[in-house]
Amino acid sequence: MDKNKIRNFCIIAHIDHGKSTLADRILELTETVALRDMENQLLDNMDIERERGITIKARAVRLKYHADDGEDYIFNLIDTPGHVDFNYEVSRSLAACEGAILIVDASQGIEAQTLANTYLAIEHDLEVLPVVNKIDLPGADPDRACNEIENVIGIPAMDAPRISAKMGINIKEVLERVITDIPAPGGDDDEPLKALIFDSYYDPYKGVIIYCRVKEGQLKAGDTIRLMATGAEFQTVEVGYMGATDLIPVGELHAGEVGYIAASIKDIGDTRVGDTVTNAERPCAEPLEGYKKVNPMVYSGIYPADGAKYPDLRDALEKLLLNDASLSFEPETSVALGFGFRCGFLGLLHMEIIQERLEREYNLDLITTAPSVIYKVNLTDGSTVYIDNPTNYPEPALIAGAEEPVVNAHIYTPPEFVGNIMELCQDRRGTFKDMKYLDENRVDLHYILPLNEIVYDFFDALKSRTRGYASFDYELKGYEPSKLVKLDVLLNGETVDALSFIVHVDKAYARGRKIVERLKENIPRQLFEVPVQAAIGGKIIARETIKALRKDVLAKCYGGDITRKKKLLEKQKEGKKRMRQLGSVSVPQEAFMSVLKLDE
Amino acid sequence: MINDISVYVHIPFCERKCGYCSFYSAPSDEQTRAAYAKALCRSIGSYRTMHHECPSVYFGGGTPTVMESESLIMVLDKIREVFDLDDDAELTIEANPGTVDLKKLTELREAGFNRISFGVQSLVDEELSALGRIHTAADALAAVNDAVKAGFDNISCDMMIGIPKQTSGSMLYTADRLSELPVSHISAYMLSVEKGTPFYETGVEPDDELQANMYLDLCERLEKKGFDHYEISNFARNGKVSRHNTRYWKGESYLGFGPSAHSYYDDERRSCDDSTDQYIKQSVQHDTVNELFPDKLEEYIMLGLRLSEGIFFNGLRIYGASEETIESIRKKALELSAYGICTVTDTGIALTEAGFLASNAVIGEFIDLC
Repeated sequence: MDKNKIRNFCIIAHIDHGKSTLADRILELTETVALRDMENQLLDNMDIERERGITIKARAVRLKYHADDGEDYIFNLIDTPGHVDFNYEVSRSLAACEGAILIVDASQGIEAQTLANTYLAIEHDLEVLPVVNKIDLPGADPDRACNEIENVIGIPAMDAPRISAKMGINIKEVLERVITDIPAPGGDDDEPLKALIFDSYYDPYKGVIIYCRVKEGQLKAGDTIRLMATGAEFQTVEVGYMGATDLIPVGELHAGEVGYIAASIKDIGDTRVGDTVTNAERPCAEPLEGYKKVNPMVYSGIYPADGAKYPDLRDALEKLLLNDASLSFEPETSVALGFGFRCGFLGLLHMEIIQERLEREYNLDLITTAPSVIYKVNLTDGSTVYIDNPTNYPEPALIAGAEEPVVNAHIYTPPEFVGNIMELCQDRRGTFKDMKYLDENRVDLHYILPLNEIVYDFFDALKSRTRGYASFDYELKGYEPSKLVKLDVLLNGETVDALSFIVHVDKAYARGRKIVERLKENIPRQLFEVPVQAAIGGKIIARETIKALRKDVLAKCYGGDITRKKKLLEKQKEGKKRMRQLGSVSVPQEAFMSVLKLDE
Repeated sequence: MINDISVYVHIPFCERKCGYCSFYSAPSDEQTRAAYAKALCRSIGSYRTMHHECPSVYFGGGTPTVMESESLIMVLDKIREVFDLDDDAELTIEANPGTVDLKKLTELREAGFNRISFGVQSLVDEELSALGRIHTAADALAAVNDAVKAGFDNISCDMMIGIPKQTSGSMLYTADRLSELPVSHISAYMLSVEKGTPFYETGVEPDDELQANMYLDLCERLEKKGFDHYEISNFARNGKVSRHNTRYWKGESYLGFGPSAHSYYDDERRSCDDSTDQYIKQSVQHDTVNELFPDKLEEYIMLGLRLSEGIFFNGLRIYGASEETIESIRKKALELSAYGICTVTDTGIALTEAGFLASNAVIGEFIDLC
């Protein structure tokens, strides 16, 4: 195949700016998908992706385009996750491309995530092709959007295609510009094989399917491949490219092409995103740059609401793990919640998505514990421990000093919300770095924020303080010393391990008070009075009392009609299934969940 | 099989529907009432061959006394004809103080009704009008006196706790006035606002805490006046408990006639559909089976704990509880007794008045252990 007729590119866009819609239009225009197979947002095929309008997994599709110059071109469109949690995956997807289409909403302009991903693309030497979308909307101001692209990102944008993906306006112009603006791939078919893994997933019949970009050399079925980071070797069963709805086997894949490899691989952990695939018999000397093992940043305990569902939860996690090597989990036991799992996530969105998938795709009812970051605790004996579970936090007497992870955070907002956001960031122990006007309508606020302050409910708090107009992006900066304490919650005098968490000493009192208030609101009255307390070490810092149940009676059992009474008992029984028995106190699932979102 | 069986007759007519009432009733005309009495007789007649002994009959509603005396008497006579009424059978009729006079009460007494239950609710006019009742306090007092004149010596009055505008003081005033009358039985219900009633729509929701305190005040006062608090909401003097209602709480058999009436018969819990029109049209009553072979152990705990005598370990045993279950229930009860919710003796468990107030939750705790 003529490499000059190949274009490998991805699409960068903020949530709702129209990435999936443009992808759909491109698919239609290239007749890759028969119209009868078209369904909106073809590339996002998880329910959650469609509903939330986000891309969780990278995906790729090969398109054939008959251009105005009379030639046929092969387009490889690689759909990338847009979210910071999946930053590393994004960077690997970008590394598989020569160019990126940057979609900017004609009325909203550039958002925080778009900018972060565009910079990432520029870092990877990608040619960025700006496109202004949604020109059909009444509030559209394409000139302003183009100006913003030029001022903020610093790439020429005055001739950017102005389109409406929804209405199908000017899509062809985008495709033509892909050919003229984005360079054809390089690479030499005769060099030793060097292919970049940018995604993988588990297929129950074929084993792990690797999505890769061949950078050098070539590959065919029967070749023995080596995955350089893990050293694992497999015999290739099938290679091919990604059609819009199916995998299409081909004889060989050559340098410059994007395709898949099936090699009867059982463990997705062997096929790490960013790793290099080479030929075991004729390996390349050096792997491609940039591989790193991604580590979870946020941890949370996940328990079935109904303890009997523990095996179901384990099965579900194992299945999710088949397709998501970045998820980690290990069994954990809590006195309060019984058997569950300590799970590690790349970030908040990742955590939410996993929880949502467990609940929706596997029909599980979950209790999750407050998300925790990894704290670095230096002990008096000179050793250092990393703590991701508050239960394991060392005794105060053993601690010489503690450190917590902090992030560089950028918040993009209309100027009228700056005050609100600054207040929020200060409240979250943020350090102001600087503030830049992107244009008269938008400000970039830069803060250093402790990660543990944003894992709780920062997104929600930000949304409610800016009516949803602000966007937010962060990257891990490193560890900083911090005065941390472990806060325990006691119910009827007994510590509830699942409710313990680590908090900065300055915030401990406020959070302790809030938590006991929440628990008081969310734990139904019991037959006796129940004290709810928050404590640091042995010292009580907040207390509420759940009064004893005074009145719960069906006064009239009349005319021999006892059905109402029975229904009541049935309802009670149902309700109790969702309760956890902590000592003699029944605690509903909602009580555990209520302490996760304190900013309301 | 079933030796004795009680009979409940539902009269689904009222002069006016009260704002808090969730029972099945509606206004009616004379023709409908007559047709309805005939329909009741047909359904009662269908039990002719069973020859059950019958210790109690209860005419409830609605407002049974809205119906003409001759119709009520016709139905009662039908019951006498079909069932073997005990000589000392308790024959109760509910009455609304605004719908009876001495003449009507005398007719009913002469027909054989020997117990009358008045829906007094309150002896404070403001409270009565807040409830939307058609009678006044004076009507209620007159009705009780007329009933005595008519020969009733077993008179019950309903009163209500948690009426809008009611205070603990005004409630106790009602209780005191009733105790001064020759009233042998008081049923005191906490007003509960049910979905589908006008009270629910207008948002008149009694305060739980206040109602609970009033309930305890009332229990104390009635006991001082010589009433025995024998069931959550029922108080009796001189041993005149409601034998009919006690049978419900003790899991004994009864047949209910009329739309929305419930039956527990032959190990089936059944109920009749809610339509008077339909009832009049059909040849005999059609019931829906709600539960076949109900869990008797659960029912024993659920109903037994309504009574101040409570449940007995032996009773649990009879209904199939294992010794382990009985022991775990006993332990739970001991735990709860520390909070003043129940008392535990060698023979059984009984709820205190505070326990009655929280009885749904307590019953749930015990049933969980079965």
